[in-house]
Amino acid sequence: MDAQFAQTLWLTLKLAVSTTVILIVIGLPFAWWLAYTKVKIKPLIEALVSMPMVLPPSVIGYYMLVIYSPRNWFGEWLGRVFDVRLAFSFEGVLIASVIFSLPFMIQPLHNGLRALPDSLREASYTLGKSKTITFFRVLLPNIKPSIITAVALTFAHSIGEFGIVLMVGGNMPGETRVASIAIYDEVQALNFEAANRYALILFLVSLVLLTTIYSINKKYDTWKMM
Amino acid sequence: MENDVIFIDIEKRMLTANGPMNLAVHTTIPSGELVALFGESGAGKTTLLRILAGLIIPDRGLIKFGSTVWFDSEKLINITPQNRNISLMFQDYALFPNMTVEQNIQFAQPRKDPPVVNELLSLFGLAEFRKRKPTGLSGGQKQRVALARALARKPQLLLLDEPLSALDAEMRIALQDEITQAHQLLGVTTIMVSHDLNEVFRLATQVLCIENGSVTRTGKPEEVFSDNSISGKVQITGQIARIEKQDTVNIVTVISGNNQIIKVIAFDSDLENLKIGDRVMVFSKAFNPIITRLK
Repeated sequence: MDAQFAQTLWLTLKLAVSTTVILIVIGLPFAWWLAYTKVKIKPLIEALVSMPMVLPPSVIGYYMLVIYSPRNWFGEWLGRVFDVRLAFSFEGVLIASVIFSLPFMIQPLHNGLRALPDSLREASYTLGKSKTITFFRVLLPNIKPSIITAVALTFAHSIGEFGIVLMVGGNMPGETRVASIAIYDEVQALNFEAANRYALILFLVSLVLLTTIYSINKKYDTWKMM
Repeated sequence: MENDVIFIDIEKRMLTANGPMNLAVHTTIPSGELVALFGESGAGKTTLLRILAGLIIPDRGLIKFGSTVWFDSEKLINITPQNRNISLMFQDYALFPNMTVEQNIQFAQPRKDPPVVNELLSLFGLAEFRKRKPTGLSGGQKQRVALARALARKPQLLLLDEPLSALDAEMRIALQDEITQAHQLLGVTTIMVSHDLNEVFRLATQVLCIENGSVTRTGKPEEVFSDNSISGKVQITGQIARIEKQDTVNIVTVISGNNQIIKVIAFDSDLENLKIGDRVMVFSKAFNPIITRLK
């Protein structure tokens, strides 16, 4: 029982950390591109990124399952070439979680970059600095509160993810059984004490994370005023 | 130095507050000068400056800096802002908030060169603020940091976008002197956007007047703004601030380039083409002006 409890929490943490790390690596360049691109289909891309915020997880979960299925060309190809089956596996859940938490990473970063005056970027370019140097030395340091918000929101959202994990991963101990699923499972089994332990941990972790974001952002606001 | 002449022949369709406008500029700028782009707001001054910086791409045309082609629409050449070796000082200064005064200046250097940073810091009276972030600086100090940073790059061409517009009158005069000083010291060709006649007279060695997207007059400020057909002994240029009617004459108040108030008597017939806000010249040839030292 306790070993299983620890395993579930460990898996929950592993999923949230992996999702967040992958999303930082993808999200920073993607948000940068999105903030300054002039392509005509930008509204469509923004809409696609934000879809997970409005769609029920079951819709995305359903499509993920269809794509992962060995009957689909992509699923079939993955199985044939790499011997990988994504449905009901940790990797499959991780990919779904990355897609599902995408807006929580992209939106704060995108808003942070858009809120910077264009002249900062242009000043750096006219001073001879490349786009990469400008990104790392001028843009990123000036959107620190947005980065902290994006990371914390993504992490908190991944910890709390339920629907998509259930759809894509099911409830396999050690593979896809994360805390939110475990709560559901324990309640179904009328095992309220165990459900309560998971719930309390999720509640506290989320509360601490969000309080941290707000206090850090408040500190930055005060700095700006000085 | 002859080959450092900047050759500009460009066209750019712009959307302004007054509707679409075609910016069409054909001119050359001699090297080493401090050139003012002068005109009403919305005339295309800032756009031209940003085109020179490479931040706006013209629709067609050619820009050459000496023998280097910066832009050629026919040959599809467009050198990026990074590779034009210019510095642009922005109207809002665009100081990097994450860096201290010293780091802002250092960032502009192609290679770290602390002695030059120290030199710039003391030249602009910034040594005591070196460790401060831009948010802790006054408007005038920010302007100095922006100018020092622009010079730290050792640009071939210095572009200033309304450098003093955000400052009060007193600070303006102090910083006008610093711009002149910096220009004389380094001899870098400087192009400055301005709509302030006073500023143009004090700073510029050349003026390009831009009206509705095209250059209407060029030359030295005193040539451009005064009429050479008038053989006046005293010529003062300024703006009409007030017209008061008194009996058969009018008293016209003119504010000169250095903020002096001059009252002139004018008959109705003199005022036919004049209204408040017009740029005018007050001249006199009937008496010998007397010069005296100011206390």
